[in-house]
Amino acid sequence: MEFLHSVFAGLLQSLRKLGATILFFVEILRRCPAALARPRLISRQVSDSGVLSLVIIMTSGFFVGMVLGLQGYDSLSRLRQENILGAGVALTLLKELGPVVTALLFAGRAGTALASEIGLMRATDQLSAMEVMAVDPIQRVVVPRFLGGLISLPLLTTIFNAIGILGAWFIGVSIKGVNNGEFWSQMQQYVEPSDIWEGVWKSVAFGVAASLIAVYEGYHAPPTAEGVGLATTRTVVTTSITVLILDYLITAFLL
Amino acid sequence: MNTETVTNNLIEIHGLRFNRGRRMIFDGLDLVIPRGQITAIMGPSGSGKTTLLRMITGQLRPAAGSVCVDGEQVPTLKLKDLYSLRRRMGMLFQNGALLTDLNVFENVAFPLRENTRLPDTLIRHIVLTKLHAVGLRGAVALAPSELSGGMARRVALARAMVMDPELLLYDEPFSGLDPISRGMVLRLIRTTNDLLGLTSVVVSHDVEEVSQIADQVHVIADGKVTASGSPAALANSQSALVRQFMTGAPDGPVAFHYPAPDYREDLLGES
Repeated sequence: MEFLHSVFAGLLQSLRKLGATILFFVEILRRCPAALARPRLISRQVSDSGVLSLVIIMTSGFFVGMVLGLQGYDSLSRLRQENILGAGVALTLLKELGPVVTALLFAGRAGTALASEIGLMRATDQLSAMEVMAVDPIQRVVVPRFLGGLISLPLLTTIFNAIGILGAWFIGVSIKGVNNGEFWSQMQQYVEPSDIWEGVWKSVAFGVAASLIAVYEGYHAPPTAEGVGLATTRTVVTTSITVLILDYLITAFLL
Repeated sequence: MNTETVTNNLIEIHGLRFNRGRRMIFDGLDLVIPRGQITAIMGPSGSGKTTLLRMITGQLRPAAGSVCVDGEQVPTLKLKDLYSLRRRMGMLFQNGALLTDLNVFENVAFPLRENTRLPDTLIRHIVLTKLHAVGLRGAVALAPSELSGGMARRVALARAMVMDPELLLYDEPFSGLDPISRGMVLRLIRTTNDLLGLTSVVVSHDVEEVSQIADQVHVIADGKVTASGSPAALANSQSALVRQFMTGAPDGPVAFHYPAPDYREDLLGES
């Protein structure tokens, strides 16, 4: 009985939080038109969330691509189909691995930074000071960061995919000796525009989820060192789970 | 109440009640703050002084009672009207609350950039004038992390008065400052109030400093205003609580000990 009670209490708590997050999302959306009138605030956030994540995204992309090259070559060479390595790697990256891995890395790099920054702004009364100065902190602080993340993630995903394909090419063509022409022409033949769109939709959805969770957790963090610490942890955990669930739902819907 | 008192008082608070969880903060508090003066709100830690400021700025809503600022009922204002009222207020936060991603100049310029459409040259003039008034015109390019506590407080003061407010609220302006910075802030509060014809509300528990600048002092305890008057009158007060507060006696109506079971029983246990 006790066990059931705690399970339901946990479930109720999660539902309540989901509701609060959605209401916060509505608050953000309502303020988006006004925030878009100040593109400089947004471009600064694209720089903070996006440009500063480039190193981790590019490094990870190259290694993921190289692993895909190695594993793909190993599997395909058993079937004597190593010439379709390029197509296989591109489809894996574009449709699935690119958006998911980028979103997970983004949560760890940019999401935590957003959550802790906003949380510390609350803890040091900066948000409260804005309110007294007749400035809406959601409008001024939250919305540009949300939009910055939302714009950055699809761009980062594209870069991740491109570098990943290069990594696979490096292993497959330069080291394992797959024919260079076959690598690219098979990719051209088998990758459809719809495959690319699938990845784009996913990265946009993940961008909304990852940015929303980060700004929500930061904005609602208790104004203490412990509160901000927990908020950053929750950002990574919640984003990771949400991205994986969304990934399944979108894939099931699109396939 | 006649019309004259309404126009003479910038803030009128009546029957204010507020709870945080189960803890009662205000229990029917009445307070009137006249225009053009420095009014100090004093009281022991946890007596709700900062909460009172947040009621005046409309960041917290009371459970009951009225908070009237310049003829407007703050708790019932719509957000838009609340913001237009706040544009006529400035507030100095305890730790300065400077925006950490902006330098000193941009911090002071922040309210102007957000709330007005003034051209850049005019903003620059206003900001430099205000920074000059607090003696930090030379620090325009510094980041908040490069400022000492006293400097940050002075930059925050420049920011609080950059919109030329009618009302300036100070939350513990003296705490954590060295004697020189205290003296500077003290003088700045007095001169800004007198030169700009403002109304100032200073929340503090620094008896000595407050006694030097305040025209009126109100002491809050147990959710009510327990004593009011000029600093000199309060210094001679017969009230045990006011005496304890003004002299800094460790024990009195405000107990030194948090409520606890009998000491002897606690130490010796059940035996």
